[in-house]
This record gives sequence, C-alpha cells and structure tokens, in this order.
Amino acid sequence: MDLNIAGIRLDVTEDGYLTDVSQWNEEIATEIAKTEGIELTDKHWEVIAWIQEQVKNEVALSIRGIKKSGFISIKEFYALFPGGPLKVSTKIAGVPKPKSCI
Amino acid sequence: MKKLLILGAGTSGTMMANHLVKKLPKKEWNITIVDQYKTHYYQPGFLFLPFDIYSEEQVKKVGNKFIPKGVNYVQKKIEQIFPEENKVQLEDETLQYDILIVATGCKIAPQETEGMKGENWHKNIFDFYTYEGSLALRNKLRDWKGGKMVVHFTEMPIKCPVAPLEFVFLADSYFTKKGMRDKVDLTYVTPLGGAFTKPKATAALGHLMKEKNISVITDFNIERVDNDKNQIVDYGESTVDYDLLVTVPTNMGDEVIERSGMGDDLNFIPTHKHTLQSMDHENVFVIGDATNVPASKAGSVAHFASETLTDNILLFIDGKPLKEEFDGHANCFIETGKNKALLIDFNYEYEPLEGTFPIAGIGPLRLLKESIFNHWGKLAFRWIYWNMLLKGIPIPMVSRNMSLKGKNIN
Repeated sequence: MDLNIAGIRLDVTEDGYLTDVSQWNEEIATEIAKTEGIELTDKHWEVIAWIQEQVKNEVALSIRGIKKSGFISIKEFYALFPGGPLKVSTKIAGVPKPKSCI
Repeated sequence: MKKLLILGAGTSGTMMANHLVKKLPKKEWNITIVDQYKTHYYQPGFLFLPFDIYSEEQVKKVGNKFIPKGVNYVQKKIEQIFPEENKVQLEDETLQYDILIVATGCKIAPQETEGMKGENWHKNIFDFYTYEGSLALRNKLRDWKGGKMVVHFTEMPIKCPVAPLEFVFLADSYFTKKGMRDKVDLTYVTPLGGAFTKPKATAALGHLMKEKNISVITDFNIERVDNDKNQIVDYGESTVDYDLLVTVPTNMGDEVIERSGMGDDLNFIPTHKHTLQSMDHENVFVIGDATNVPASKAGSVAHFASETLTDNILLFIDGKPLKEEFDGHANCFIETGKNKALLIDFNYEYEPLEGTFPIAGIGPLRLLKESIFNHWGKLAFRWIYWNMLLKGIPIPMVSRNMSLKGKNIN
C-alpha cells in the first residue's frame, strides 16, 4: 500500500507501518507521530533509536525488554506513547509492530 | 569413545535421540539423554483436557519408552552446564561431552507477574500449559455455573502462540454444548494489537470473534493481578474484571540455563536461526523451545529443525561447514470450535497463506480455512506424535522447509 507523507511516497502495510525501514527518516517519524497526536521530544527519539536497534538485532520487542533496558520506566513509556505504546512507538520508528504467527 | 549428550527428553530431545542413534556409529559414539522427569506429556493435549475432550491417560506416557535402544537414558536433575569445560553437572555426577544438544524447553513462570501465583492460583486463576493446571481447570469447569471468563496471555513469546485463541473458541463450543453459553461472558485479552496480527489471517478469520460473541481487548500489557477485586491491571492502569481467569503466564527457558549463564533474560539460548548451532559455543547445539530463534515455539518447528540439526551434527563431526538450511518452518492445526479447525503452514519469511496442503491443488487439507478435515487432522495428530514424530520418522509429503507449492501468494 502507498502512503504519502510530506510529499514522499512510502510503502506501508494496511495499518500504516513502513514495510521498508530504509524509507524512514526523522521527518517521516515526526509526521507519523502527528497522526497519533504526539509531538516528539528528546526522550521520544531515545526510545525510537532503542527500538530500531532491537529490531536490527532481531530481538523481539516487549514491555519486559523496555523495562529491563532501564533507560525508561514503563509508566513513562505509556506517557510518551499513549494508546498501546508498543503499537504506536513501532509505527513511528518505522519498524513492524509486534506480531504473533497468525 | 566420543560422547554426545542431549539435555531434556521432551519432544525435541527424544526426536534427536532417535535420529542420531541411526546415524552415529555405535563403536565411536556414546549417546546419553538426561531428563529429571519420568513422564512425557503430549502438550497439545493440555488444550483438550479442560473440556473433557481428552482424558488424562491420552496426554501422558512413560518417557523412557520412546528413547531408542542404544541411547543411555538418565533420569536425574541437571544442576549446571559448563560449556567452557564441555561438562554438565547432574545432581550426583558429572558428564563430559564432545557435543551437547540442549533441548530443555520452556515453561510458564506465573511468579513473574505480581499477584498471578497467589492465593487464587488454581482456584479462580488457571493455566492450561501444565498437566496440573489443565486438570484443575477441567475440574473447575465441570461444575462452573457461569460468569465472566477472561482468556489472556501475558507477553510474547509463548509456546504454541495460537493456543489462547483455540482455548477461547473451544470454550465457546463447550458452553454452547452444555446449554449455558448465555450464562458466560467470554473475553479474549492480548498484549498484541489484535486477536490476529497477520494480514491474511486477519482477513480470513477476523470475523470469528464477533460470530462467537467473544469480546476482544488488545494492547493489554499486564502489570499485576488484583486478587481482591478479581481483575487484571495493565501498566496503563486499564483493568479487566473476571470471575474465572485463564491465563498464559510469561514463558521462560529452564532455570538451568540461567544457572549456567547461557541464556537471555527469558533464559532462551542465543542460537543461529538457520544452523541451530549455539552462537557462543561451537560444539553446543540448541533445538526446540530452548532457543531464541524467531520461529514459533511449537512441536512441528522442532520436528523440522531436528532434520536439519541431525545433518548439521554429522557435518560438524566431519569438520565440514554447517548447512544454513532451517527456515523456521511451522505447520500447525488450530481448533476453532464446533468440530472445525484450521491448518497453517508458514516460516521465517512467509506468513500463513491460503492454499492446499500437502498436495498442491488437491489437499486434502485447506490452509487458513475452517474444515472438519482439519479438526480430524488435529485429533489424529496425537497418534502421529507418539508413533512417528517422536521416533524421528519423517511425515510423508511434508518437507522440513516450507514449500510454496499450492499456496496463494498474491
């Protein structure tokens, strides 16, 4: 599926996740965040970078992983990305949302 | 005499023992398998036990019956693995090895969630991932008069990721059959973004929840269980009330992995996703639920992996490069209730697709579609497990790597 953000054409899944992480950049992240009602702060960018690193290393994303990483509390994570934080943060970070086999 | 040691005599360990005893020359190799438990469970049967679809006898057998002649079976607790010294400490002896296969599996860890394993554990909070849990739940359901049943899982990965879905579908059928479906409020609670997370599956099956009158709550990351209020609470402060909670707690690898310093924070061992060799020790191989590979934790995955792993062990022994062959292939039946089931066939690269299986165009099984044939397939699988799978006998027409033949890739 195609999505147009800030004049750039992106390949996305039906629910708006980038299918090609190389198409991601900070401007796109900012625009996606806007659609989720979020204005990105430094702390947001830290989380986004951490998420992208996990995905690059094929480490499955989880609340547990974020808790263990220690750089942010879960309460803070929820405050930064309200409404299903893993779902929202992965969309902004340009990575696939956490999935099961089916 | 060189020594090959297998830790764990569950599905994977037993299969590897059966594969390797046929391939390793008896005069050169001593194969030993260690497990602390006498009983081997057919874990897919735990789904059926709570609903009186299977009996206790159908889900368990004496484990050493499936260990082939020529393999030494040791029933002892494994204290610690010392991979730098090629040895394993058991409760009262030490075993040296030339090659180690870790098949110690994974299990539920309800104690990881505050309040889960409290005063109400197996009273109004149940698991169905253990023999004891499924039995306790069966006994509870036999007399349960109805109320709010919540079916939930804590976090990924869990073994058999479809089991919570199957459970809630079977619950819908069970209560309908008993004439009490209107007295039960069924809710499915998931930490993921939907009951189904893959596009083809969502398109094919998304309607099932609504059809069966099952509410779905998504993005629920459980923080704790409140035993006084009978509710689960997530980190975002949302709550879900229950009268009966059926939960899949956090799944973790065996504690011996933690004691040995070999695993990640869930006690899964870093394993090469295509060769099944340990990422840290070249003479250590890992198979089944004990690995950290991004394949589903399922018996079928272990079966396909065992074929590649057997070949790679032989290559390793010969000093040859290992085959990067394993593709995360999984082939699983999913009960959808009312005597129907689905079949899904997928791997690391492809999500479950529609199509025919195993013979392209003919089937007779349909992928991602409900049918009674698939349901019979799921029930027949118990025989296949005990009589073919465990013995390392290949399943005809079902190859170790997923085939694209017969699949709709559009």
